[in-house]
Amino acid sequence: MSETELGEPLYKTGDSVRIAVAYPPGHRRTPDYIKGKTGIVERYCGAFINPEERAYGFAGLPKKHLYRVRFEQSEVWHDYEGAAKDTLDLEFYEHWLEGEPS
Amino acid sequence: MSSPDEHDHDHGHKEDGSPLNYADDSRHDYNETDHYPLMVEAIRQLVIEKEIVKAGDVQERLDFMDSRGIELGAKIVVKAWTDPEFKTRLLADGTAAVAELDIPMADAELVVVENTADTHNLIVCTLCSCYPRTILGLPPDWYKSKTYRSRAVNEPRAVIREFGTVIADDVTVRVHDSNADMRYLVLPARPQGTDGWNDEQLTELITRDSLVGATVPAVIS
Repeated sequence: MSETELGEPLYKTGDSVRIAVAYPPGHRRTPDYIKGKTGIVERYCGAFINPEERAYGFAGLPKKHLYRVRFEQSEVWHDYEGAAKDTLDLEFYEHWLEGEPS
Repeated sequence: MSSPDEHDHDHGHKEDGSPLNYADDSRHDYNETDHYPLMVEAIRQLVIEKEIVKAGDVQERLDFMDSRGIELGAKIVVKAWTDPEFKTRLLADGTAAVAELDIPMADAELVVVENTADTHNLIVCTLCSCYPRTILGLPPDWYKSKTYRSRAVNEPRAVIREFGTVIADDVTVRVHDSNADMRYLVLPARPQGTDGWNDEQLTELITRDSLVGATVPAVIS
């Protein structure tokens, strides 16, 4: 994707995505506990100024596509003690998502 | 402002209504003598000195933030409980639906998640303490504690149980980590036995914690 303009969202509701395992410096919005996990796009949330750049005085443009991704708790925590169908949702900017768009 | 040694916040005690023990992180991430609070104070003094804002404006804004409670959140819930078409719009696009009630969401988008007979929702922000302040006011201290932030995502049923509600095994628990631009409001299920109640009666059932999903509203008979 171009670094200078916002393209169409790569993913849509129902797509399977994996969260990138990366540890860039700075204040990032993807918590460590979810890196490497696979979930399903629950919805596309729109495009937002990239807070990971805005936090350091940059404009945060172009905006980044943001998605909500739903994970099964048993996929996130191997010792999860709730019901098998319990879920956990988080939001991700598109550059954190890996996987072939459908 | 209190002195750094004074324990002026209420988590770990009974005052905030939380049964959880947060004594292990009573200062969570904040200490008034740390680098960042001092920097914030320096910036506050600078913008006043340079007459960018008036000292009174800062205090007025702080007072406004302190004064807000869950009134707007409760208004949204009562409207959804009494107007099915509004509820449909609210669940489809929270920001647009609350705008109908003249409730602005500022820069954030509102996602409303509904508790039903087979689903219970719980809100957390593991990264900091993102919270729908425009409609619920300031978050309680337990919401900001590291204990809640870490436990809510990996043992939500235990956390909810400690708040006094047991979620049955056949009910799905959905946790929402508010880690970016969305803000979340739980739409609790309307309690049984409230047919014919007016808006004021319904409003009284709604508690702050029930709008985060830590508890469920109930009719006390």
